[in-house]
Amino acid sequence: MKNINYCVIEGKSAGFYGGIAVSVFFILLGLFAAYNMEHHGHVITGMNNQIVWGMPHVFAIFLILSASGVLNVASISSVFRKIFYHPLARLSALLAITLLIGGLSVLVLDLGHPDRLVVAMTSYNLKSIFSWNMFLYNGFLLICVIYLWFMMERRMQRYYPTVGLIAFIWRLILTTGTGSIFGFLVAREAYHTAIMAPLFIALSLSLGLAVFLIVLIIDCWEKQCPLGQGILHRPKTLLGVFIGAVFYFVLAYHSSHLYFTGRHGVEYFILAGGGIYTVLFWGGYIFLGTILPLLLLYHERFSKSCASIAAASVLTIVGGFALLYVIIIGGQAYPLEIFPGMEVTSSSFFDKGIHAYTPSGWEILLGISGIAIAALLTVLALRILPFMPCSLADIDIEPQFKD
Amino acid sequence: MNEETSPTQNRRDFLKTTAVVAGMTVAPGVLLYGVSRAHHAEGAVTSDVRWGMLIDTTKCSEGCDKCVSACATEHGLTEDVRPEIAAQWIRKVGVRDKQTGKEYSLPLLCQHCEHPPCVDVCPTGASFKRADGIVLVDKHICIGCRYCMMACPYKARSFIHETLENQKPYSPRGKGTVESCTLCVHRVDNEQQPACVEACNKVGHKAMLFGDLKDPNSDISKKLKEVSSTALRPDLRLNPGVRYQGL
Repeated sequence: MKNINYCVIEGKSAGFYGGIAVSVFFILLGLFAAYNMEHHGHVITGMNNQIVWGMPHVFAIFLILSASGVLNVASISSVFRKIFYHPLARLSALLAITLLIGGLSVLVLDLGHPDRLVVAMTSYNLKSIFSWNMFLYNGFLLICVIYLWFMMERRMQRYYPTVGLIAFIWRLILTTGTGSIFGFLVAREAYHTAIMAPLFIALSLSLGLAVFLIVLIIDCWEKQCPLGQGILHRPKTLLGVFIGAVFYFVLAYHSSHLYFTGRHGVEYFILAGGGIYTVLFWGGYIFLGTILPLLLLYHERFSKSCASIAAASVLTIVGGFALLYVIIIGGQAYPLEIFPGMEVTSSSFFDKGIHAYTPSGWEILLGISGIAIAALLTVLALRILPFMPCSLADIDIEPQFKD
Repeated sequence: MNEETSPTQNRRDFLKTTAVVAGMTVAPGVLLYGVSRAHHAEGAVTSDVRWGMLIDTTKCSEGCDKCVSACATEHGLTEDVRPEIAAQWIRKVGVRDKQTGKEYSLPLLCQHCEHPPCVDVCPTGASFKRADGIVLVDKHICIGCRYCMMACPYKARSFIHETLENQKPYSPRGKGTVESCTLCVHRVDNEQQPACVEACNKVGHKAMLFGDLKDPNSDISKKLKEVSSTALRPDLRLNPGVRYQGL
């Protein structure tokens, strides 16, 4: 097997400094938002006692799912032994770490008491899926660091597939845990279904790969490294498969809910009468996030171009984000069924009707800062250590990599 | 002529003074410690008791919200904020049967479940159930994640969105933490009734009956044997401590 040459990014271009400047700017804005949310309280956000999880949670879960899914490229290389993906494995594991740190930062900064992080790290209720997730997320970071080390250290290469397998299994458990945050909620009709776990796994795969492809294209553009059509072709096909898998689970989720008479109300709300949630589901997730990218990836007219792969990746992210918004916010906007068979005629605590939510600028800034944290860490890591192959041109990849 | 003080005398005085000062310093602590321990041993919460409530919806008057105002006064829930973020430990809800059209008015509060989902999901253990069945939030280790609010089927919890002032010493509250009905644990521990129950009785409705569900001779246990009552969302099998009659 031909040795792949890995390079650091040169770090002298306008793109490099511009990227760092933009990231730092958004991180500072996010920290300012978090400071204000801590100082004034969550009164300055759009969240309230009805919609208790808002835009920061959509961003955080988007980043956490992407972190889990982005490792897929490394897993394909080390677990499924598709050596074609081997040159990209380092970048894949790096992004898994940086995206997870970005997501967790948003989650922590949104807490009512971020200053009590040490309490969260030392006082555990082991029946809580949140507690399990703290172990799963921290364990994932540790495993990814070891995975990267074994990939990059020649003496440790023989253990690399074993760590790869552990990372792969850990990742599946981690995303199961993230999905189960909602799946375990007996109270809310939109959640409380075991399909949340596989749905989140599928979503993590599509989001992760889309993020990976975008980073790959941006990175190659910045480094001006050649990027062959061959290296984009396979992940592109895989992205289409993942988009289809998410659609399958969404279909299964909604069709089973439509079958249960008791859940017709919430289904009608999401699919037909839910205003912004209905628009985001059909327009955002189904059209922009599923139909259009599939068309771009599989239609002969578009499928060959790098631009259409980039566009399909962006659209997959837009669609996945819209789906998460519908699941997380839409699921809370529909009122709790405290009195089955009865309708609420009056209440001072909003037991009647759909709950309103408008995200505030602070929440959006905090969410974007999570992406900025991931971006900054990625750029700095790429500058310091060689995570990326010097060339991804088809000609530089040996025949066996084309396997 | 000045008499010289002997070194032995000096040492004796010094030791005496030190002993007195040390004694005076430590004694109150020892005394208070003893008092607190004695009280704790006497009044320890045990699972021999399970506090609960029976709400008679046929006696609950539609226009009356004395229970709500009594709770607000008792716990200092008086902050002037937007209704969407205002804390409500107990609220009046009007409901109508979709089939028969019959209307009901009832107070809704934390149901103090035997298997509380809020306790199950709380990552730090801040949400907890006392041995006597009262579900509480430890404000010192609540990190404000609001997962308990997502999990509660009764929407019984409120998050504090702003800085609070003038909190009651027996009812600690704070920005960035979640709170809910404590069943007036400070009163119950002093053998008093919760404020809402007392207020309801005072206006003569007597729609709220509070007591020990495990004591077969308590008024609430006797009443529960006589009349048919139901829990809210009985399908979830959380076995709430609050039950409703006539619903």
